[in-house]
Amino acid sequence: MNDAQSAGDAAPLELRIDAKSFLSADGTPVEVVRGFELRLEAGSFGALIGPSGCGKTTILKIAAGLDPDFRGRLGVPGSGRLGIVFQEPRLLPWRTVEQNIRLALPAHEAASDLTELVEILGLGSHLARYPGELSLGLARRTAIARAFAVRPDFLLLDEPFVSLDDAVATRLRNELVALTTRTRTTTLFVTHDLAEAIQLADRLFFLSDRPTRIISEKTLPPPRGTRSGDVIASISDEMRLLVSQATAEAKRGC
Amino acid sequence: MLPRIYSLAALIALWALAAALAQSRLLPGPLAIGATILADTRSGELPYQIGWTLGRVVGSFAIAMGLGIIAGYAMGRSRTVDRYADPWLVVLLNMPALVTIIFAYVWIGLNETAAILAVAANKLPNVVVVMREGTRALDPDFDEMAKAFKFTRFLRIRHVVIPQLAPYLAASSRSGLSIVWKIVLVVELIGRPNGVGFVLGSAFSLFDMAKILSYAISFIALMLVIESLLVQPLERRAIRWRRRPA
Repeated sequence: MNDAQSAGDAAPLELRIDAKSFLSADGTPVEVVRGFELRLEAGSFGALIGPSGCGKTTILKIAAGLDPDFRGRLGVPGSGRLGIVFQEPRLLPWRTVEQNIRLALPAHEAASDLTELVEILGLGSHLARYPGELSLGLARRTAIARAFAVRPDFLLLDEPFVSLDDAVATRLRNELVALTTRTRTTTLFVTHDLAEAIQLADRLFFLSDRPTRIISEKTLPPPRGTRSGDVIASISDEMRLLVSQATAEAKRGC
Repeated sequence: MLPRIYSLAALIALWALAAALAQSRLLPGPLAIGATILADTRSGELPYQIGWTLGRVVGSFAIAMGLGIIAGYAMGRSRTVDRYADPWLVVLLNMPALVTIIFAYVWIGLNETAAILAVAANKLPNVVVVMREGTRALDPDFDEMAKAFKFTRFLRIRHVVIPQLAPYLAASSRSGLSIVWKIVLVVELIGRPNGVGFVLGSAFSLFDMAKILSYAISFIALMLVIESLLVQPLERRAIRWRRRPA
């Protein structure tokens, strides 16, 4: 079926999915991913961009090692320690913010100092609260804190900023840029928002409709995170053109 | 708390009224019962018999809960286990308590082991059914999260699984305590030389209604105390995170 491997620190994230299908409710298999191949250099920030329902979350789950049922190969960076931020925060509602973050830590690090991380994310005054008492923005921050607290070798984020208002989403994006720049964690970020992807990423991967594969890739010039609105807009226009050409070619190819 | 007290007081008043109207040896009033309870407590008879019954309740409750949680969890997690174990469960669920008790006494003998196992076997299927439902309702999203962050099995059980099962645990232990003590009385009536059930049996043959009522009421009172001092505080602790919703 597939084999996961881990290598030295500088190893890239490599994911190849030859085929992945689900059984639909009536028992017929539906192919969701085919001929997908992704390589993300160590320390860089990649964004997967595609329409809703195109299998982004499926790919992310496979990358996280949560779904071994696919044909292909997964090679993870470093020792494979993973930090993940799900679309919904997925905090344990019966544990406090601090417990939620600490529970994810390996046993020998359970008492490690989280002050700095918690301060960057503005969670300092909320550590003793339960997730049910938090706003969505704070809950998302807690989920991000949990993912960074484990000091991951690679980080996966599944549309972590949807259904937040613009101001909060912008602040969280800046915090994410600051954290990933500092830790140089290999990061794969899933979104349907092109502007967001351009603001955050070094490398863009555009996905097709089902069965999903990468139709176009683009490396963005550094530095990321500080791109102005104008720059983002011009890159977006360029990308849209590129992607529509690639989509047209892909259709002719069929 | 106050409405509870009013409601109980009304019940006792109604009873006193009925007893005063009936003026019969077969329906003693609250005062007569109170006197019997006091006398039997002084002589040590009542605590002794209640002690035996309580011991059996605790023993069979622990066995039924322990096995029931394990079996229910396994059946809720695995469809294969569920398919194979479900017919057994249906048999146990529909086995009359009396039949289980007779089998236990005949096969194991008229002893404590048989008594406790018979009661546990009667309560067990009920726990299994509730815990299976609880396990089926576990959120797979949390399992995924636990797997992604490489939670150890111990952490997963303690912080992810048990808190989700807590309401089911509370429900089955509440209904469990009441079912168990009722069946314990039957077991004692049939084949034990002590305990509340044994006392009720001998009082019945003498038509001693005062004794029957005083022992029954004492035990009900004891169960009320256990419920409000043990079960309810544990339940409150388990759901304290819901106290202040945003």
